[in-house]
Amino acid sequence: MISLAGRDIAHSWSKFVLTGIGLGLLIGVTLTMAGVYRGMVDDAHALLNNSGADLWVVQKDTQGPYAESSSIKDDVVRSVRGMPGVAQAANVTYFTMQVQGASGDDTRAMVVGIESGQSGEPGYLVAGRQITRGHYEAVADVKTGFALGERIRIRRHYYTVVGLTQRMVSSGGDPMVFIALKDAQEAQFLKDNDAIQNDRTRTAANPAFNRPGAPGLLDAVQALQSSSRSVNAVLVQLAPGFGAEQVAEPIRRWKHLQVFTRAGMEDILVAKLIATSAKQIGMFLVILAIVSAAIVAFIIYTMTLGKIREIAVLKLIGTRNITIASMILQQALGLGLIGFIVGKVAATVWAPVFPKFVLLLTQDAFTGLIVTLLICALASTLAIRTALKVDPAAAIG
Amino acid sequence: MNQRPHLLRRIGFSALAVVLVAALAFVALRTGPLAPIKVTVTSVQEGKLSPAIFGIGTVEARRSWMVGPTVAGRVLSVRVDVGDTVIAGQLLAEMDPVDLDQRLSALDAALARAGSTQAAAQAQVADTTARRELAAINAKRNQDLAAQNFISAGALEGRLQEKASADAALQAAQANLSGTAQDINRLKAERAALQQQRGNVRLLAPADGVITSRDAEAGSTVVAGQPVLRLIDPASLWVRMRVDQGRSAGLAPGLKANIVLRSQPRTPLQGQVARVELLADAVTEERIAQIAFAAPTVTASVGELAEVELQLTETAAALLLPNASIQRLEGKTGVWRLAEGKPAFAPVRLGVSSLDGRVQVLEGLKSGDSVVVYSQKALTEGARVQVVDTLVKGSTP
Repeated sequence: MISLAGRDIAHSWSKFVLTGIGLGLLIGVTLTMAGVYRGMVDDAHALLNNSGADLWVVQKDTQGPYAESSSIKDDVVRSVRGMPGVAQAANVTYFTMQVQGASGDDTRAMVVGIESGQSGEPGYLVAGRQITRGHYEAVADVKTGFALGERIRIRRHYYTVVGLTQRMVSSGGDPMVFIALKDAQEAQFLKDNDAIQNDRTRTAANPAFNRPGAPGLLDAVQALQSSSRSVNAVLVQLAPGFGAEQVAEPIRRWKHLQVFTRAGMEDILVAKLIATSAKQIGMFLVILAIVSAAIVAFIIYTMTLGKIREIAVLKLIGTRNITIASMILQQALGLGLIGFIVGKVAATVWAPVFPKFVLLLTQDAFTGLIVTLLICALASTLAIRTALKVDPAAAIG
Repeated sequence: MNQRPHLLRRIGFSALAVVLVAALAFVALRTGPLAPIKVTVTSVQEGKLSPAIFGIGTVEARRSWMVGPTVAGRVLSVRVDVGDTVIAGQLLAEMDPVDLDQRLSALDAALARAGSTQAAAQAQVADTTARRELAAINAKRNQDLAAQNFISAGALEGRLQEKASADAALQAAQANLSGTAQDINRLKAERAALQQQRGNVRLLAPADGVITSRDAEAGSTVVAGQPVLRLIDPASLWVRMRVDQGRSAGLAPGLKANIVLRSQPRTPLQGQVARVELLADAVTEERIAQIAFAAPTVTASVGELAEVELQLTETAAALLLPNASIQRLEGKTGVWRLAEGKPAFAPVRLGVSSLDGRVQVLEGLKSGDSVVVYSQKALTEGARVQVVDTLVKGSTP
């Protein structure tokens, strides 16, 4: 049996392929938009995975350290280490700030203060090495654009990039820069020199702190002002055989700290922190899908309208309705298939160029394929209806 | 109908279909869950490493002095300024002596008067001596006369009494004389004491040094012990170094040090650990050591930040790995070993590490084992991997 659809496509294949490519690019945009949404969620998950923690201990009544600011003293970790079920506990600080590269350009990055050899450290590197010195070394995500050996500036100190890692991002997609905890504590709370001078002068002008009869009091007060002993969270790893909630509850009750389990943290990050922007993207995705469907329907409809004369001839020579209908359906599905393949390839090609992470899931692609074919089939019914209503006389009309 | 263009069209169409399907297959296999994870590997080699200790510190003076009065008073004059080089014993500043000079002249007058009193006492002694001699002669003569019964016993007794009185008067005069001498001694001692006090208001340099701060000006009142001037011995500069307790193994006096001052990052200075303090800082979890410069004179400012690297002795030969390959999985430390192209987690026991990021492996691996160093993402047991030379362009592992 002759494939009517194949014959028709072969007849004007360039037009068919070009239409398919155009449709493909549209589908590519839709898939990318889905990828952007998935990327946002994945950024949040990456943040949790990379911290390597089972529990997050933060300031009481806060939802820190990612969604809210949280500040606890850095010796809390010692009392947490003593709680039952805690295998490892490590201090960590998170601080989003501008980091200056060697060229003088600012890069927005999340500076993470870590204790080396503890959780919070980047789990894998793509180049260089982990931090070995207690000060002034950094491991950066490749997205920051920093190179190995580059001297970057955080506040007033220069750090040497000794290692590079990948997919270490904050929930907002900012690449991370890992530095030693003590440096990070200083960087987080260190004021600029002018502010420090101002503070010193202000304290010196206060008669309560600068009494003539008490030499040394002023120095002591000023030394007290410039020290920082706070961290944002304590990352806890559970000992084998302990449940998260089982370990979290005594810390909440007796240490008067807020403790989040992995599930709780995911809920904060995905359901609260990125909820609005995710809905924004989702809304856009829905509209884009509707527009794509409409365009597919119109393309197939106009394609059929363009062939109305040929269909009339077919009818005139006695072709059965089902043959004509299957021709149109096959063409629609073919168009959808070409569009999907082009779209998928295009999305994959341009996804890495995006500044933030775009995650193209295979299951999304499958859903996309099924939806595309479904829309094509639905759209073709409109065209089939028109084609079947054609009067054979129109061929000679 | 012409068959050739039809055939060509068919071939072209099939070629296009093949290209599309191939592109889809490529995209599916290179991205997403089906794609292999790119990794770089290294083979475990035996070698030696020279571990080192890294710490930061500030330049301090080993010998410094605070020069101030021992009693409260007003500053009369300050003779030197910050930066002046002074020698031991040089007059640096003077306190207001208030009434010390007047009291000295009062004592001088009292001394002169005591001298006069002594002269009078001496004259009195001479007078009483003369009287005693006369009384003795008279008594002798009367004794002789009484022996020949020329005078009455009553007359003799009168003469004898005169002699006894003259003796007593002489003793009184001599006692008076030594009293005046003691008076003079007392006054001299008092004057010397006052002279000492007068000298004490002159603030002298306790040693050769350089003035580092001038804390009080002429006319200001300072309490006892409050410094007017501070000076240091510039030849006694050293670095007070703080080292993380966890990385301080091997810290001992005599270790060779490489000192980089913040003001001279390009010219490292040589030094040596002069002292390791017995007291560590419990709050910052740091140990403290003093590093002396090898060069006798160093152009460094006190309080300047310095980075110190201490070289420890080379270790015996052992298996070595880059620290980027060390992973933590479920609380265990290990590496991903490639066995027949698949990664398998091998727990290891680690020894010392060097600052350049190499670490000793004591247990868990054999020489020649292939171990994953860098990976694009976190590995899992048996994941599909593709071994490449480098993951980031332009970086050498």
